[in-house]
Amino acid sequence: MNLRVIKSGVLDSLQDAGRYGWQHLGINPGGAMDKLSARIANTLVGNNADDAVIELHFPASAFFFEKPALIAVSGADFSATVNGDEIPRLQPVLVSKYSILQFQGVKKGARAYLAVYGGFDIKPWLNSCSTNLKAAAGGYKGRVFQKDDEIGLRSEIDFSSLLGKKEFATMSWKTDDDLANDMKEVLVLPGNEWDRLPDKSKKRFLHQSFTVTSQSDRMGYRLKGKPLSTLTDEEIISSAVSFGTVQLLPDGQLIVLMADHQTTGGYPRVAHVISAHHSRLAQIKAGEEVGFRLTDQKTAEELFIRQQQHLLQLQNACKFKLEELLKHEFKTTG
Amino acid sequence: MDHPNIPYRIFPLGDTAITIDFGNVIDESINDKVLALFDQLRNDPLPGTIEVVPAYSSVTIYYDLFGASKSFSNGKSVYDTISGQLAERMEQTLPVSEAIPRLVNIPVCYEKEFAPDIEYLARERNITVDELIHIHVSRQYRVYMLGFLPGFAYMGEVNKTITIPRKPQPVTVAAGSVGIAGKQTGIYPLQSPGGWQIIGRTPLKLFDADREEPSLLRAGDRVQFISISKNEFESY
Repeated sequence: MNLRVIKSGVLDSLQDAGRYGWQHLGINPGGAMDKLSARIANTLVGNNADDAVIELHFPASAFFFEKPALIAVSGADFSATVNGDEIPRLQPVLVSKYSILQFQGVKKGARAYLAVYGGFDIKPWLNSCSTNLKAAAGGYKGRVFQKDDEIGLRSEIDFSSLLGKKEFATMSWKTDDDLANDMKEVLVLPGNEWDRLPDKSKKRFLHQSFTVTSQSDRMGYRLKGKPLSTLTDEEIISSAVSFGTVQLLPDGQLIVLMADHQTTGGYPRVAHVISAHHSRLAQIKAGEEVGFRLTDQKTAEELFIRQQQHLLQLQNACKFKLEELLKHEFKTTG
Repeated sequence: MDHPNIPYRIFPLGDTAITIDFGNVIDESINDKVLALFDQLRNDPLPGTIEVVPAYSSVTIYYDLFGASKSFSNGKSVYDTISGQLAERMEQTLPVSEAIPRLVNIPVCYEKEFAPDIEYLARERNITVDELIHIHVSRQYRVYMLGFLPGFAYMGEVNKTITIPRKPQPVTVAAGSVGIAGKQTGIYPLQSPGGWQIIGRTPLKLFDADREEPSLLRAGDRVQFISISKNEFESY
C-alpha cells in the first residue's frame, strides 16, 4: 500500500536532515533546503524530526493515497487540497484511502514539505534518505519523483475508523511559523574574507537589497545587485564552505550556498547566513529580494538555540496529542 | 612539550563550523599536517563534532550547535568553547603517520576523442601531444583533498611545462575526464560542468554509490597515471 505519484512536479524529492560524515570524500550533506519546516512537518505527525519528507517545488506533484494516512504540510503555502478541498498548513490531516493530494498555486514561499505518519519505506544511502541528484543516489532511486512512482508508507495503523465516511479530518493540534513574515532580511556573520571588501562594498552589502535571480536552485542562490569589489585579487586555495556561505564571484556578484552546495570552494567568503535564518532564506523565491544585516556569534547561536528549543516543545506537545489519539481511537493492525 | 611550529589561524565558518587554517598555500608538508590533524580529530573528536573535512591547508569541523550548547554551560559562546578546545589540541604534538601512502594506478586514454583540449594545451606550451602525455605520466601525484564533486580529487603538482589556466567558461565534461587547471590535475568522477582543460579519460569509476567507500581516492593517496590505447580503454 503506497503513495502514488499521479502527476509529476518540477523538482520534488525525498530529503531528510542531511547526509553527514562524507564531505571529506566530496559528498555533500544535501538534505531539506528548509530544515526547520521539514522538522515541523515531521513533528506534527509524531515522526522523528530528522526523518525523510517530500520536498516540493511549484508546480508540485499530485499524490494518490492507497491507504489512509496522517499527513502534514509545512513550508511554502502551495494551496494544498485533498480531493479538491483546501487543507490547512501546519496542522495534521487524516486523509482517507483513495484520496488525492494536490497543490493548486503558490501563495507564499518557495518549497513545501510533506510528512506522513510512520515515514516512507526508503533504504538509506550512507545513513541518509536525502536525494543526491548529482550522484544520482539516495532518496527515491537517486532522482526527483516522476509520474507513476510508488513510495511505500511504513505506517501499519488503520486510521479509517476515525474518518468514518469523511474524506479527510483535520487534527486538533497545529503550529505557526514565520512564513507570513514578509521581511526578506537575514542576519549574517562576517566570513573569513569579509575584510577583503573595501568600506564602500561592505556598506553596499549591508544596505542594498539583492534580487534572487532565476539561476538559483538547490545548490545556491545567485544574487543580482550593484557589484562589490575586493581590496585584493589574491587567489584563495580551496577550503570548506557551508550552507549559508555567501561567496563573492569574480564579476562582483554574490552567490549564497544552499543545501546541494559543493563541499569546498575558492571564492571569497564574505559572510554566512546564520542557521536560524536558513529557513527564511530557503523560502525566498527567484525574483524576490533579500537583504543582509550583520550580527555576532553569540546572537546567532542564541537565535538558533531558541528555535530548536521551540521545536522540542512542539515535539513533546505533538507526541502527547498523538498518543492520546492513538490510545483512544485506533487499534494497530500490524 | 614539542610545540608545533606551523603557524595557524582559527576562525568561524558561520555558526555551525570552525576552520583551522595553516596558510593560503599548496604545500606537501602542510597538507601532511592537515591530514594528521584530520585523522586525530576523527579518532578523538572534539565534543559536538558532526564531521571533519580536510582541504589543502585547512581543516574544518562541523558541529552540532544545539547539542553542544546543552553540554557547555560556561557562559561563553559555543564557538569560543570549541575554538579554545581546538587551540588546546594544537598544543599537543600531532602523531606523524608512519603509514606509507596508498599508490593508486589510474589508466588514462589520451586519444583525441577523449581529450578535447590536449592539442590546444600542447600548442600553447609548444610541445607535442606525445611529450605532453609523457610529462603527465612521468610523476606521481599527491591527492591533497577531495571536493567539488563526489569523489573529485585535487592532485598536484604537474610539471610546470604543462600548467595551463582553466577555461573562462565551464563546459560539459564527461565522467572519467582527466584535466589540468593551473598546477593541479584532477579527474571528473561524474559528468559535470567544468572548466579544467581535458587531456584524457580513465575507464575507472572514480565514484560508485554502491561501493562501501564510494570514492576511489582519498586525501593523502599517491596517483600514477598510465597511458592506455583506445582498444584497452574500450575493453576495460
